[in-house]
Amino acid sequence: MKTRKLTGALLLLLAVAALPSTAGAMHISEGILPPQWAALWFAVAIPFVAWGLREMKIRSAREPFFKPMVGLIGAAVFVISCMPIPVLTAGTCSHPCGTGMAAILIGPALTVVVSSVALLLQALFLSHGGLTTLGGNIVSMGIVGAYTGWAVFHVTRRAGLPLWGAAFLAGLFSDWATYATTSVELASALPGSGSFLHMAAAIGLSFMPTQLPLGILEGVITAGVYRFISVRRPSLLECLGVATAGGAR
Amino acid sequence: MKKVFLLAALAVVLAAVGVYFLGHVPAKWSGVDETVVEKYAEEAGRPPRKPYINTDQGDLLLFFFLIAGVAGGFVGGYCFRELFPPQKKS
Repeated sequence: MKTRKLTGALLLLLAVAALPSTAGAMHISEGILPPQWAALWFAVAIPFVAWGLREMKIRSAREPFFKPMVGLIGAAVFVISCMPIPVLTAGTCSHPCGTGMAAILIGPALTVVVSSVALLLQALFLSHGGLTTLGGNIVSMGIVGAYTGWAVFHVTRRAGLPLWGAAFLAGLFSDWATYATTSVELASALPGSGSFLHMAAAIGLSFMPTQLPLGILEGVITAGVYRFISVRRPSLLECLGVATAGGAR
Repeated sequence: MKKVFLLAALAVVLAAVGVYFLGHVPAKWSGVDETVVEKYAEEAGRPPRKPYINTDQGDLLLFFFLIAGVAGGFVGGYCFRELFPPQKKS
């Protein structure tokens, strides 16, 4: 059991090693949020992280493969959320988040946990995000991204979409929701010349040329991961409750 | 096995063409953290500060990548095989 615990942590270290240089995109950098806003986002994030840890304990006691699975998903979230991708339409780089994919496989509560670990490691070792802005980044990427992806997946499954289609939309909307939340966090904390809504819209619109195509890419990644697992080990999806989500295939 | 090598060679060629193409596009390829997040933060008088732990000094960052790669690479490969064992040939 101790080996399995180590596995998760070491898989995340593997993800650190996969990165050639520091990268930045949606993460709010160190020092940007005023202290009261940084504290507020920490207060919002902590109950979700605690709930996720509780889920982890319960589910890993039930399924022995669950901890390595969470470690592997955590490593994937770490790499994806740190991987700068050039977007030709905008001439800038940004990254997908991977939280939609994680949420449909291990659930939103545990996605919050793996996102928190990934964001903490990025802030500590890669100058990506920040320690004071960790709460805000957990809320946008970990909480909003995960729960949006999970909700979209289950709603579209109930609407009768095939699993790969639901996975695509989960990835797409989790990405867009993450960046929309970052816009709201920045607009609420940084007093601009206009109103809050004006500021949030301006920041959101600035993200759009880069993030619209990247959201589609994130959808493709999510659907691709689902397809890989469904071909290589469909029993894993059944154990995780994904194959039966929203009814029959 | 031949198929794997062909795919790998194709990927390398495509990557080289892609990198060459990107290098000739007149763009800075800055991250949106710089072009969006930090831009609005600086306008509002809250520019980002340096990280509390700055590993981007000389070869220090490379050292962290190496240590993490050695430790995580072995365990990651082991764990992947545990979750996704090789498909048996019929």
